[in-house]
Amino acid sequence: MNTFNRSATAHAWARPGPATPGTSGLVGTSFKHEHLAAILEDGLQDGFFEVHAENYMGAGGAPHRALSAIRERYPISLHGVCMSIGGPDKLDHEHLVRFRELVARCEPALVSEHLAWSSHGGAFFNDLLPLPYTRTTLDKVCDHIDQVQEAIGRPMLLENPATYLAFASSTMSETGFIRAVAQRTGCGLLLDVNNVFVSAVNHGYSAHGYLADFPFEYVGEIHLAGHSEQHDDEQAPLLIDSHDRPVADAVWALYRDVIAQAGQVPTLIEWDSRLPAWPELRAQALAARRILAAHAVEQTPESEAAHREHAGHEA
Amino acid sequence: MKPEFRASDYAAAFSPGLTNPDLAAPEDAAVVHGRSVAARYNVYRNNVTVSLIDALAAIYPAVQRITGVDFFRAMARFHVRATPPSSPLLFEYGRGFPSFIETYEYARDMPWLADTARIERAWLDAYHAADAAPLAAEAFANIDPGALAQVRFVAHPAARIVRSRYPAVAIFVMNRADGPVAPLRSSDAEDALVTRPGDEVTVSRLPQGGAAFLGALIAGAPLGAAAETAFEESGAFDLPVNLAAMISAGVFAAIQP
Repeated sequence: MNTFNRSATAHAWARPGPATPGTSGLVGTSFKHEHLAAILEDGLQDGFFEVHAENYMGAGGAPHRALSAIRERYPISLHGVCMSIGGPDKLDHEHLVRFRELVARCEPALVSEHLAWSSHGGAFFNDLLPLPYTRTTLDKVCDHIDQVQEAIGRPMLLENPATYLAFASSTMSETGFIRAVAQRTGCGLLLDVNNVFVSAVNHGYSAHGYLADFPFEYVGEIHLAGHSEQHDDEQAPLLIDSHDRPVADAVWALYRDVIAQAGQVPTLIEWDSRLPAWPELRAQALAARRILAAHAVEQTPESEAAHREHAGHEA
Repeated sequence: MKPEFRASDYAAAFSPGLTNPDLAAPEDAAVVHGRSVAARYNVYRNNVTVSLIDALAAIYPAVQRITGVDFFRAMARFHVRATPPSSPLLFEYGRGFPSFIETYEYARDMPWLADTARIERAWLDAYHAADAAPLAAEAFANIDPGALAQVRFVAHPAARIVRSRYPAVAIFVMNRADGPVAPLRSSDAEDALVTRPGDEVTVSRLPQGGAAFLGALIAGAPLGAAAETAFEESGAFDLPVNLAAMISAGVFAAIQP
């Protein structure tokens, strides 16, 4: 099938965005097997959980059991980490097939991947690596997203990256690039507010300015996470997207602004290393829920019943 | 005005330095005035190296416990840089690590370390293997005793055998647990049987001739021929004991029709 046909199919899909059925106003966290027993005991009512797709691409065993246990009880967000959508190489066909099979098996409410690359020339680097933003890379990324959406038969969400370097050869802004990808492929966007903050500090631009350019109309999920702070050789601040601690105050502040504009977008707390006990991670999700609930009242006064329901869950 | 780079240039320029600290950041890399390109590129280099060393540490915890963290991470760093993963599935990574350990200069006084690693690699393969019910003892009741020698089995997807000239099973068991490590007095050769009869992966030591017996059966040999192979290897091979152990460990999923 040629690219034109794939694009035509993609455009025919409904835009996901805030209207993805059943996900409005949900909050969730990364799903870690260490937390499964605690979640089953004291879960996250009206919550959702996000799993890294690659962890469930084995043939069977304990990971499959854990995924079944969580998806019986909660909507799932399937978050791919290594499709290498932002790379110049062809997508890994075997990986695409595994991804398609996993989507069919776990029927996720949300499916997402990264604007980054992680494989090149046969090596997998296990990191989200940056790309220049040019017409050439835009065409390549759109082609890759068309292939993913074609394979899974539904739109995906594309996540904005946290970056430490930019490219002299870039000819487009990141937000302009992302907007063009969403317009051309029909994909939705996963807005990672921590990534916005990390990149803004690292590149010395305004996070508010970035968000002012961000196409909120395509956003179907929000990520929040903790970052660590270092300094580079020149003693300039250098933030690392570490996912190993609570969400920073500055990121919560940006999140409030985003929700005020973007509405009841399902919001997920990512925490991937130095895991806390489940109650601490759960508390981060409930903090996001309070912010969503406050803005639900502002935006739609008739939804106070929903607000009371949310407040009740936090008690 | 800058020329637009060819589509493939950025990854080809960015990749080599990720696993080679002697290479500089790619020329196209940019930072705002007053920031260090080298420091920023090092974040990626560090993420790649550390996360892959962490992946090996997660696959080979007993090896790390034996060598200590610093020794392990130095050894793993060599392997990661020489042999980065080819698959995006990290649980497939590190298949070449046991052989690398055998050639690693500073591990030569631990000749059993590579076999311990082989058991750990087999453990992870068993952990991710496809689900299947193990063959029940009752399945043998329907077999005509005269036809028993011709019976062939279907291996359970999780079943693995690791043979060792060293007491690798005892070393594995002692170092996968959290408890104290006692001095090991044995220097016997030990063959490991790795299976997943229920929810959990189990590792047990095979009796004499057991590895030859089960290895032949897993390869598809009939029961009689497999028992002969085992007897040839060890006169102490005990067929009833091995059959009972094979069934309770869940080495097979079915009898071939």
